[in-house]
Amino acid sequence: MNLPKESILLMLRKMWTIRHFEYAVMECHESGEIVGALHSYIGEEGVAVGVCAALRDSDYIAGNHRSHGHPLAKGGDVNKAMAEIFGKKTGYCKGKGGSMHLADFSVGILGESGIVASSVPITVGAGLAAKIRGEDFVSLVFFGDGASNQGACHESMNLAALWKLPVIFVCENNQFAVTTSYKDSVSVENISDRASAYNMPGLTIDGQDVMAMYEATNEAVIRARNGEGPTLIEGLTYRYYDHSLGLAAVRRIEYRTDEDIQKWRERDPIILLKDTLISQNIATQEECDAIENEEKKNVENALEFARKSPYPEPEQLFEDMWSTPIPQP
Amino acid sequence: MRKIMYAEALNEAIKEEMTRDEAVYYMGEDVRASIYGASKDLFDMYGEKRVWDTPLSENGFFGAAIGSSLVGMRPIVETLTSFMWVAMDQLVSQAAKMKYMFGGQATLPVTFRAVMYYGGNSAAHHSDRSYPMFMNMPGFKVIVPSTPEDAKGLLKTSVRDNDPCIIFEDGNLGGLRGDVPDNDELEGGELLIPFGKANVMKEGTDCTVVAIAASVGEAMKAAQQMEKEGVSVEVIDPRTLVPLDKETILNSVSKTGRVVLVDPAHKVCSAASEIASIISEEGFWDLQAPIIKVASEQVHIPFSPALEPLVYPNTEKIVNAIKKTIES
Repeated sequence: MNLPKESILLMLRKMWTIRHFEYAVMECHESGEIVGALHSYIGEEGVAVGVCAALRDSDYIAGNHRSHGHPLAKGGDVNKAMAEIFGKKTGYCKGKGGSMHLADFSVGILGESGIVASSVPITVGAGLAAKIRGEDFVSLVFFGDGASNQGACHESMNLAALWKLPVIFVCENNQFAVTTSYKDSVSVENISDRASAYNMPGLTIDGQDVMAMYEATNEAVIRARNGEGPTLIEGLTYRYYDHSLGLAAVRRIEYRTDEDIQKWRERDPIILLKDTLISQNIATQEECDAIENEEKKNVENALEFARKSPYPEPEQLFEDMWSTPIPQP
Repeated sequence: MRKIMYAEALNEAIKEEMTRDEAVYYMGEDVRASIYGASKDLFDMYGEKRVWDTPLSENGFFGAAIGSSLVGMRPIVETLTSFMWVAMDQLVSQAAKMKYMFGGQATLPVTFRAVMYYGGNSAAHHSDRSYPMFMNMPGFKVIVPSTPEDAKGLLKTSVRDNDPCIIFEDGNLGGLRGDVPDNDELEGGELLIPFGKANVMKEGTDCTVVAIAASVGEAMKAAQQMEKEGVSVEVIDPRTLVPLDKETILNSVSKTGRVVLVDPAHKVCSAASEIASIISEEGFWDLQAPIIKVASEQVHIPFSPALEPLVYPNTEKIVNAIKKTIES
């Protein structure tokens, strides 16, 4: 591995943060403490963490409804993320966004979109700004296998490739859009095959291999900064839980088997990285466990922060509509 | 003061803003060749990094403009009102909603020039006047200039404004000539017209006519005709629908007691509908007669030149409406 040890351990740490964060919100959702829809990122941590490890703070990302992994991978604040999901005023969006709309503009997270693929053109726009101003930041967007069928994705890829914009398209192919397998919705074998239609490179990477995701993204970032244009990276991954928490209770058909889920659990990105670190003598079991325990504690602190935080006041309903204020009808 | 055309006034506004601020750039279909005229000279003056011809992908390039505005750019996007449907998701899910749903973190200084071509045999797909829908969805500032001076001053204000602004420019007014002050005649050296300030085009005492876009001209003709019959009509141009200067309208109603609302949009849930509801709620006791709307018929725009003119407001319909409120 050609990354310094601290960087690799940081990836392990971030995957643990996301994993424990997702366990915590799942519990709170089951107990009714968190309301609304939640889309668990458990199983996919390798994608967000590997990808974001290749980005600077000054690079931009945007994402989708399965939104907790991306901000936490890019240096987001776990307290503000938790408080936002609780709808508290100390949250990222002052409670106005919720789980599907986490955003942290201070570290280049331009927001998660509830409408799939809707943040893809937005990300192309950030890349366009880089090109116009001659700056070397890049912009990267996360979208799923389902979203890859949206027109917005195709228009975006055409634009970015045509204008050679510094954009990286990351398709988190967790293989199901709610209950629909990508094999039943995508007309090509690999989603990365679509890149050639837009005259840009496309690659399919094992999404459970955080280092492989990092390396592929890093190459794409270098291309982008060099003015060579966009890349499409398809991270093949898996979500252990349903599209949204609680869906299992209502869906009628079994769209995947327990064996399938178990097979993917055995390729857990965190376990894979840990095993590699230990077997290659890069880190010890104790070091890895210490990291997990620290992140577990950070998540517990975030829960406490969220629980103790106040809700927004009624007057706040009318705030944040405008940058140049006008009267409220 | 000089007389220039509405389209020339827009061109002046764009050039002044692009010269003033490097963050302003221009984007649209065929804008380098400037087939519609408002983007004349821009490519020669500002170059390929600031004037972009886009592929036919409104959802894509509107989204790109919106995304670029999040990170410090101030795009002006040129489009036809009739093509905005293709980009509704980017307009609504992103531009309109981002600032609020992200708790104020996003700033979106993007301006859309949405030209309304209607009344010119363009048929059903090319004749939309959709601004009422953009009044209803929170998050857009909606601008409807009816004169060259307003077009220039309001476009400049839109570019400087930090929220998504959509200027619904009336394509029938492109060749309309009007007085536009020179910059050295103006305090501050620039023509900036604020949002939320209606223009009283003509003062009167017997009936208030509020008109939008090219209907302002029709309303003025109707007012002149009524003047000859001894009826004094006050004509108000709201200029911006979001924010709406309801104070000027309500003051006028308190003076005249009678209102005709003229709107080229389709009548159901038109801008006129909203203004009528405001007047009936906040100016009810001033009314001497029911409010009358003169708006486009609730049908699609037919091609045949025998049918199309029947759809829209015109001087005759406005005169009849004024007479009806007076006779009530």
